[in-house]
Amino acid sequence: MIGYARAALAALALLSAGSTARAQNSEPVTLGAIEVLTGPASRYGIPIKNGFELALDDINAAGGVIGGRKLAIEFQDSAGTKEQAVNAARGLIGRDRVPLILGPTLSTEMFAVGPVANERRIPILGTSTTANGITAIGPYVFRTSLPEADVVPVTLEAAQRKFGIKKVAVLYGNDDAFTKSGWEVMKVALEKLGIETVATESFGAKDTDFSAQLTKIKSLDPDAVVVSALVEAASGILLEARAQGFSPHIRFIGGNGFNSPTLGEIAGEAADGTLVGSPWFIGKADPANQKFVAEYRTKFKQDPDQFAAQAYDALHIVALALDAAGAADPEKLATSLIAVKTTGVTGPFAFAPSRDPADNSGVVVLEMKGGRFRILE
Amino acid sequence: MLGQQLVNGFVAGATYALFALGFTLMFGVLRVINLTYGVYFSAGAFLALALVRNVGFGLGLALPAAAIATGGLAVLIDALLLTRLRRAKAPELASLMVTLGATLLLYAVLTAWLGTEIRRFPPGLVGGAVEFGGIRISGAQALIIVTTFVLVAGLLTLLRRTRLGLAIRALAENPEAAQLMGVDAGRTVAFVSFASGALGAAAGVLIGLEYNAIQPYMGEAMMLKGFAVIIIGGLGDIGGALIAGLLLGMAEALTAGYLASTLKDAVGFVLLVLTLWVRPDGLFGRASARRA
Repeated sequence: MIGYARAALAALALLSAGSTARAQNSEPVTLGAIEVLTGPASRYGIPIKNGFELALDDINAAGGVIGGRKLAIEFQDSAGTKEQAVNAARGLIGRDRVPLILGPTLSTEMFAVGPVANERRIPILGTSTTANGITAIGPYVFRTSLPEADVVPVTLEAAQRKFGIKKVAVLYGNDDAFTKSGWEVMKVALEKLGIETVATESFGAKDTDFSAQLTKIKSLDPDAVVVSALVEAASGILLEARAQGFSPHIRFIGGNGFNSPTLGEIAGEAADGTLVGSPWFIGKADPANQKFVAEYRTKFKQDPDQFAAQAYDALHIVALALDAAGAADPEKLATSLIAVKTTGVTGPFAFAPSRDPADNSGVVVLEMKGGRFRILE
Repeated sequence: MLGQQLVNGFVAGATYALFALGFTLMFGVLRVINLTYGVYFSAGAFLALALVRNVGFGLGLALPAAAIATGGLAVLIDALLLTRLRRAKAPELASLMVTLGATLLLYAVLTAWLGTEIRRFPPGLVGGAVEFGGIRISGAQALIIVTTFVLVAGLLTLLRRTRLGLAIRALAENPEAAQLMGVDAGRTVAFVSFASGALGAAAGVLIGLEYNAIQPYMGEAMMLKGFAVIIIGGLGDIGGALIAGLLLGMAEALTAGYLASTLKDAVGFVLLVLTLWVRPDGLFGRASARRA
């Protein structure tokens, strides 16, 4: 019985292998993508999908990949859950036989899906996952998104250079993996730059009252307050500091959690002067970026965000890797991907040997002014 | 800095007390651990926000309107969930489980409807701040402190000086005897549900105003602190809730200011455990609203 099943499977495998062989040079190359398309985190997943679709239009209009084959993406919704993301990956690998998976959206999803793809030797490429340890999952796990460890030092260095910051207080959320890892990155970066830390204070992810910590920080009179917090807490901290009468000369410097338009909507004027590093900015003047922003607005009737920009660049990177590999083959793709060097809307790009992005020169430091971010002059 | 930290602690403590008032009333009188209380807190804040943003009400109108509407909601939810259990004289654990389930459902509905993004009242709704000797108190903070004290005084007067208060205390003391004496149990229970729902909503509005973080789960975060306050103060003890709330707020502010902010959240639970060890009936040892 088992023998029969084996034989049947082998026959099926042969058939499908035969069909791909025959189809070469005519059928589209279909990649898989797992993103959060429903639920609260879809505000990250949907811009990512849009970014991919825009890049897809570009690539196919310019003649496709591997000498004229069309590129296509099979999208799967993870709904923000690890389980659904893993099921999607199994389907894409086993049923759709995709040569590469884009996504998933969240770092927690990647920690579940990465090992599955890695075991099946299918390259998987995160475009929005910033936690530490993503690419350590295995040799088939890549990411094009800059980890926090690459962004925060740029922000702090700019603050030191422009405002002569010498001593800071640090404030971080102590019960969230993301804000805590952000704090560790900040600690290392501050030491490297020789900036003195006069106080390290913490809060809980659900806290809304930051008055005690900020009163203490105010009494120590630092040049800046470095904060690792998600946008909810970040807004509360800025509003409370303003209510306590912090001097406008005391700069607030945030991690990636601050990098959200919500900060300006909630904190309003209280957020003025806040500094944050970002891998991309909508107002960046280079022509490629302006073209991307204009096309995105036309196609989707809204402004692109950082996640859309990163996804847009990622698909162009994959297209280059497909051309270099000369076939939609996972093994060859994994080899050619690591060698891709290009410049996208988020700046120059290359992979480090660790399969993380090697270049953080595209990072822009933003300053909040009148409830909106703009590039720090 | 000490003066400002004491003010910070006093304001935070007043918010804890404000939150705990309706909770302890429900707990002490109806003798149900009604976890839906946190939802009333969130619902009140959202209702007032909608009234301010979309209808153009001032806070003076939006706050009572949201409190009354949420009070009505509380009566409805209480009747739907708990009438059957009360009639069957089900054990306390049953009401805990039923309200836990309802709470999860209600939060999920609120989240699906309103999203998880935080919102805030328009800036300047309660403006101004007074500053003396380097200590600042904002308009919203003053409003919280005043409201808390007024509500405590009002509740105590209601319970001790009125026929309705007598009926409530009688019901808390012994439901059967109270009904034999002609107390209308259904109406009294409905009134207590209404009052605690309205108090929860008022707390949600004022705390949302002070901390600028209105979102569906804001009630859930306050629930743990609320539990600590009503246990330290004594179940159903209105004055106890006020003093326990202030004590907790001050202890937290001083811990964060002079010890370490990582320990801030632990303080409440250290106080809670100590209370349960040393004075299980609460700091003042008066058991429940029966003696309010």
